Amino acid sequence: MEMPIPSDDRIARKSELMSRLRAALPAECVIDDPMETRAYECDALSAYRCPPLGVVLPYTTEQVAAALRICNDLDIPVVPRGAGTSLAGGSLPTADSIILGVARMNDVLDTDYANRIIRVQTGRTNLSVTGAVETDGFFYAPDPSSQLACAIAGNIAMNSGGAHCLKYGVTSNNLMGVRLVTMQGDILDIGGAHLDAAGLDLLGVICGSEGQLGIVTEATLRIIHKPEGALPVLIGFDSNEVAGTCVSDIIRAGVLPVAIEFMDRPCIRATEDFAKAGYPDCEALLIIEVEGSPLEIEEQLEKIIAIAKTHKPVEVRRATDTAEAARIWLGRKSAFGAMGQINDYMCLDGTIPVSQLPYVLRRIGEMSREFGLDVGNVFHAGDGNMHPLILYNANEDGQLELCEKFGAEILKLCVEVGGCLTGEHGVGIEKRDLMDHQFAPADLEAQMAIKDVFDHRWLLNPAKVFPLAASASRRDQGV
Amino acid sequence: MTIFPTTEAELSEAITSATTPLVISGGGTRRVRTADGAHLSTARLSGIVDYEPGALTMVAKAGTPLADIQAALAAEHQQLAFEPSLMGSVLGQDGQSTIGGVFATNASGSRRIQAGAARDFLLGVRFVDGAGNVVKNGGRVMKNVTGYDLVKLLAGSWGTLGVMSEVSFKVLPLAETMATIAVHVSDAATATAAMTASLNTPFDVTGAAYDPASGRAVVRVEGFEKSVAYRAAALRDVLAQFGAVEILDNAASAPIWTGLQNLDALVGTTGDLWRVSVKPTDGAEVIARVCPTAYVMDWSGGLIWMRTAAGQDVRTALTGIDGHATCHIGRAPQFHPNAAGVEMLMSAIRSKFDPHAKLNQGLMG
Ligand SMILES: Cc1cc2nc3c(=O)[nH]c(=O)nc-3n(C[C@H](O)[C@H](O)[C@H](O)COP(=O)(O)OP(=O)(O)OC[C@H]3O[C@@H](n4cnc5c(N)ncnc54)[C@H](O)[C@@H]3O)c2cc1C
Repeated sequence: MEMPIPSDDRIARKSELMSRLRAALPAECVIDDPMETRAYECDALSAYRCPPLGVVLPYTTEQVAAALRICNDLDIPVVPRGAGTSLAGGSLPTADSIILGVARMNDVLDTDYANRIIRVQTGRTNLSVTGAVETDGFFYAPDPSSQLACAIAGNIAMNSGGAHCLKYGVTSNNLMGVRLVTMQGDILDIGGAHLDAAGLDLLGVICGSEGQLGIVTEATLRIIHKPEGALPVLIGFDSNEVAGTCVSDIIRAGVLPVAIEFMDRPCIRATEDFAKAGYPDCEALLIIEVEGSPLEIEEQLEKIIAIAKTHKPVEVRRATDTAEAARIWLGRKSAFGAMGQINDYMCLDGTIPVSQLPYVLRRIGEMSREFGLDVGNVFHAGDGNMHPLILYNANEDGQLELCEKFGAEILKLCVEVGGCLTGEHGVGIEKRDLMDHQFAPADLEAQMAIKDVFDHRWLLNPAKVFPLAASASRRDQGV
Repeated sequence: MTIFPTTEAELSEAITSATTPLVISGGGTRRVRTADGAHLSTARLSGIVDYEPGALTMVAKAGTPLADIQAALAAEHQQLAFEPSLMGSVLGQDGQSTIGGVFATNASGSRRIQAGAARDFLLGVRFVDGAGNVVKNGGRVMKNVTGYDLVKLLAGSWGTLGVMSEVSFKVLPLAETMATIAVHVSDAATATAAMTASLNTPFDVTGAAYDPASGRAVVRVEGFEKSVAYRAAALRDVLAQFGAVEILDNAASAPIWTGLQNLDALVGTTGDLWRVSVKPTDGAEVIARVCPTAYVMDWSGGLIWMRTAAGQDVRTALTGIDGHATCHIGRAPQFHPNAAGVEMLMSAIRSKFDPHAKLNQGLMG
């Protein structure tokens, strides 16, 4: 993955930058010791790393604004950072940029059960938002698998999803307001506890803008009362096609599970070896979870199982208690870890129309043989968001490049069948140069026009999202 | 004069060649209060392009009548879960609401509080901007974070950023049945307390509204038969503390919720027409301050449709309350002004998308 050549002029302004930042912020908020900035050289796309000029970790929105004003003044690019778990290289710095992280801003500002909202600083981790309200019976719905580590800041920037978004939606459906600091250091409140925008829906476009429009320091999030309970059923099939048809039949029957997860044979095998969840030995399995009171759970599971039985499942394992539910989820939750045990892996994130599932899985299998790299598939089947995991060996020359090439082919396939490059991880640097496959120049121009409005000099996370060639003239203005 | 393009290319041509500002409409049921100009209608950009019931997605041209969409969905026991609010009756406009108009105005009904707004269901758009460029964003799949989300920006932009030619959206199964739990209350504050209590339960309430003329707050549950019966009974117990409670079955419930969708409570009333959106627990305070001549509350108190005396300044009455008021009939500007910094961003976006100021001029400031 190519990154723009850092500007020597900007690098030459480092000492002025650091001294001005230190004058404006508490000493511990400004870091440029190479040992300490190491942790900020990459995110979870760890094949790519680069030391930034420095790292700024403010405590308050006003400090964020002060730091941005200084960078704006000195024409220094700023890469916003939450917890650094992006799989797309979203928070990867360049050598002429600073990292501005919100990790120190993690307070709960307000919990309002009557209006079902919580206001938090965005450095707070996803799971600890639910943690703040769960004893009172509430939860924050979007649940990325990284929820223990990832921050609301990154969730908003990437519009992250999770296993339960089939019913509850992704981040943008649960985000009601933000406090945003622009590159010029202006502090804006957008949205709030009311349910829609006055005028244009700026919140809608800020969510998912990958840190390119402003730094989000506070968020108003929708919280929901917890259901009485939830239980999964595990169903094994002897072909991917049949499993795919079963998903579509369930949806058509009017049952709306909270999650429908799909794993294929390579992935089932790997997880079995690793987590010993006791999964059946089969081609494909579905984990389907429903919610409600015991009676409602039973009513829905019965309907689901009746549909599944028309597809000759090789196994139906219905959880009757939470221990069994946990065992069913165990394999799915350790899938990434299991694949990681076998080898290095790259996790893709394309979405396809559900009807294309069998075709796409077959094609991925064929390509896997052509490239000579193994792939396991685990994904959110209800919404077509695939996560092919390509295994490769990082220590072997050329394997990363081969893997990336394979990944790109899979993503192009997703676009070809009517889907998209990324369902929840974001574009970052990873899919940046594939954007031309999904969008025509006018489509990208319309998106870049939004960035021009918020950040006309393209200083915020500039080398992301858009193909480098498409954004070059805009990025080079100041240099 | 009204221009009726029949293809996206004609739409682009119509916008490019326009020498006066354009007033954009779908079926004309939601009347925009904009400066005069030539009229441009999407009514002949019509037809369902693709419908995959097993994937819960549909693609349709923007001018497709809402009724056609709903009929196609009903045949598969599916629906637009955000229950588009319909403005035709209350505004005294005839004509057919179009799917493009529904999304362009983010017209969301009672189920907003549980399922989401129109903007949450819109998956992809094709539109022509004010310079005549054809632009697409989003797609037809349910999860998509590829590039900026212009889909949500276009939803609720009331034709000021571009004219949509095609929309793709998510649909949901129709519930097998529903029940309405009605509690008799005498004022908006008690109604809000009752609605709040019902939403703060695990019982998955899909609507919470209050019509003062009927003297009851209504709460809806939907789903499979046994589940609905169970939750209705549970909510009856929750609501008993607020007043006399009755449970209405599927048949008795239907007119209540279609009535809310059509704003029946305000049809035939007179005065200015306002739509106020605030934090649910502020709704009763808004009523107390404005003293509307007629009103109905939805979204657990967060949405108030009201009639006021002609010329009454509702926005000043909202001072200190977060939210906004849209004036659908009256002399006040249609949209609520935002804080200066936010308003500047909005107007800069409008100038990018509509550089020659052609689309629905003056509507959004
Ligand atoms: C094991 C694993 C599992 C994962 N599972 C999922 C999953 O199930 N679903 C899913 O959607 N994702 C998943 N992810 C991806 C990742 O966790 C999400 O993208 C997450 O939202 C990133 O959050 P973060 O705080 O770590 O953001 P970072 O990595 O720090 O940053 C992500 C992006 O947000 C921007 N940003 C950060 N803070 C701000 C701010 N304050 N203002 C503006 N922009 C900002 C950054 O510039 C960057 O572009 C997974 C990742 C891992 C490693």
